[in-house]
Amino acid sequence: MIEVVSESRCVSCNQCVSVCPTNVFDRGDDGIPVIARQDDCQTCFMCELYCPVDALYVAPDSEQVIGITEREAEQQGLLGGYREKVGWGKGRTPVASHDYMYRLSRYAKF
Amino acid sequence: MSIFMPNGAIQLQADVLVIGGGPAGTWAAITAASQGAKVILADKGYCGSSGATAPSGTGVWYVKPEDRLREEAKASRYEMGGRLAEHRWMDRVLERTYENMNRLGHAGYPFPKDDDGELHKRGLQGPEYMRLMRKLVKKAGVKILDHSPALELLVDEHGVGGASGVQTQTGDAWTVHAGAVVIATGGCAFLSKALGCNVLTGDGYLLAAETGAHLSGMEFSNAYAISPTFSSVTKTAYYSYASFYYEDGTPVEGAGSKRGRSIIARKLLEGRQVYAKLDLAPEEIKPLLRVNQTNFFLPFDRRGIDPFSDLFPVTLRLEGTVRGTGGIRIADETCATSVPGLYAAGDAATRELICGGFTGGGSHNAAWAMSSGSFAGEGAAAYAKKLGEHASGRNLQSASTSVITNAGSASTSKTEEIVRAVQEEVAPYDRNLFRTEQGLKGSLERLDGLWKDQRNQAVERSAVGVKAREAQAMTATARWMYNSALARTETRGMHKREDFPSQDAGQHYRLVSGGLDQVWVKPEAVNEKEVIAP
Repeated sequence: MIEVVSESRCVSCNQCVSVCPTNVFDRGDDGIPVIARQDDCQTCFMCELYCPVDALYVAPDSEQVIGITEREAEQQGLLGGYREKVGWGKGRTPVASHDYMYRLSRYAKF
Repeated sequence: MSIFMPNGAIQLQADVLVIGGGPAGTWAAITAASQGAKVILADKGYCGSSGATAPSGTGVWYVKPEDRLREEAKASRYEMGGRLAEHRWMDRVLERTYENMNRLGHAGYPFPKDDDGELHKRGLQGPEYMRLMRKLVKKAGVKILDHSPALELLVDEHGVGGASGVQTQTGDAWTVHAGAVVIATGGCAFLSKALGCNVLTGDGYLLAAETGAHLSGMEFSNAYAISPTFSSVTKTAYYSYASFYYEDGTPVEGAGSKRGRSIIARKLLEGRQVYAKLDLAPEEIKPLLRVNQTNFFLPFDRRGIDPFSDLFPVTLRLEGTVRGTGGIRIADETCATSVPGLYAAGDAATRELICGGFTGGGSHNAAWAMSSGSFAGEGAAAYAKKLGEHASGRNLQSASTSVITNAGSASTSKTEEIVRAVQEEVAPYDRNLFRTEQGLKGSLERLDGLWKDQRNQAVERSAVGVKAREAQAMTATARWMYNSALARTETRGMHKREDFPSQDAGQHYRLVSGGLDQVWVKPEAVNEKEVIAP
């Protein structure tokens, strides 16, 4: 579930409020989004992916809150990891165009 | 008009209203707009991130137009699907998917290149695909209403003429009057937290059935995906490289990702935890697997598990009709339902026409979404055009079985309780995966009671009311599922009857269902000219 909104990184664009399919966030009074309905989070990682400054962390546990803090996520280098792999963000190449997509299809029929 | 209109409500007119903004809805919207129709698309969440496709990667049933390749493709799921698919539909879906995938290439989707430098179009990465689809929808001049679930369809004696709902972020009511409506709300996974599926609660089935539309193949609704117990990620393809073990490392005899999935279910039913590791993956393809489905590895990486060498506990997560094939019955080639002005596309519609009762998961569903979306978009645009000036000034009424009231005026405090009760009927493997007459009848008795409890309850036009309508939709969906499952006294496709374990040639037909207070089921012949010779 979504567990971390980094106030220090957040630029108050509120993209996460818009893109969350299950409407988990509210726009905060100070412009920084708040996790208002954590129970509704479906752990789809879309908010994290759309965050332009890697201010969000979605823990992989879909059934319970693990209670990870911003500091822990930062120290473990977890912030922004998914976006990097998908290849979104300035100067990155989308993973969709990766040669491995084609190469795997020669091995496997999914 | 009997529709309540609070101040500040959004009231719009369009030729075509598309409900749902996943692959099928976005293809319906851009296709209808390309025919000159004025189109509005309303999504329950956010068009671009909502639904099963956006957070995933998917194969696509993209087959070059060569006779031999196409025939092989058509035969691939035909027998497993219980011979319920039809030639003509498979042909036109393959054809339209081929065209649409090529259009995606032209529109800038970053396909990888093959050894000859040609674009390789056999798969799509969900985030990239759906971000592009949103861009194309906007470019086509379609107005998007995000976070705008529909609560009711609007009808008159001529058919469907619009819908009404609420914007969950502002609380504003919205109403769209439209010549035609396309339902593209996806399937129903009963809030099981399968990846991206918690917006897929069968809403469109209920909306359609309330206008008198029919469903088909609702017995093919017991798809379960393998997933780590702790995770939402339900990408099952990679488990073809998995072995399954008990906690002490001894193998689970017969367990596997495909035919052996039932064994996993039976062990879990016995209360024995099953573990997996992808130890059958050859070393050289591991990096390829990592790139191909980045989200598959996300939960493992974040938990410090190496799925190629570490055991991790797995479960089977219900994906209902999302990977099943049941849905709204399609009445003709334009993806019209039997109700004038109402169309269905994607997982909201039955996929039996291309994969029978076998899973539509992955490539077939992706192909069906983009082709049925296009067919429905064309059909709806043509229908709206034909209506012409008759489209405006209609005296439309709500088709909802529950009265939809102003926010704050209805009590729906029991919603969570109802959802849990429905889940208790549809999630357990010994009720839904392994079906028996006794089990189905017991479930139906309780589900009928749940339907009656909700039947006369007013639903408020608010986020709370949306959840109450979801509970109604899931209750209704479960009743069509289990009545159909009861009527099919054989095992065919994914539908497994413990008391009728083999396929019965005498039941080579599809099952159409419908009704709300009284659910009915009746057989419908498969067009015998359209079957593939054994």
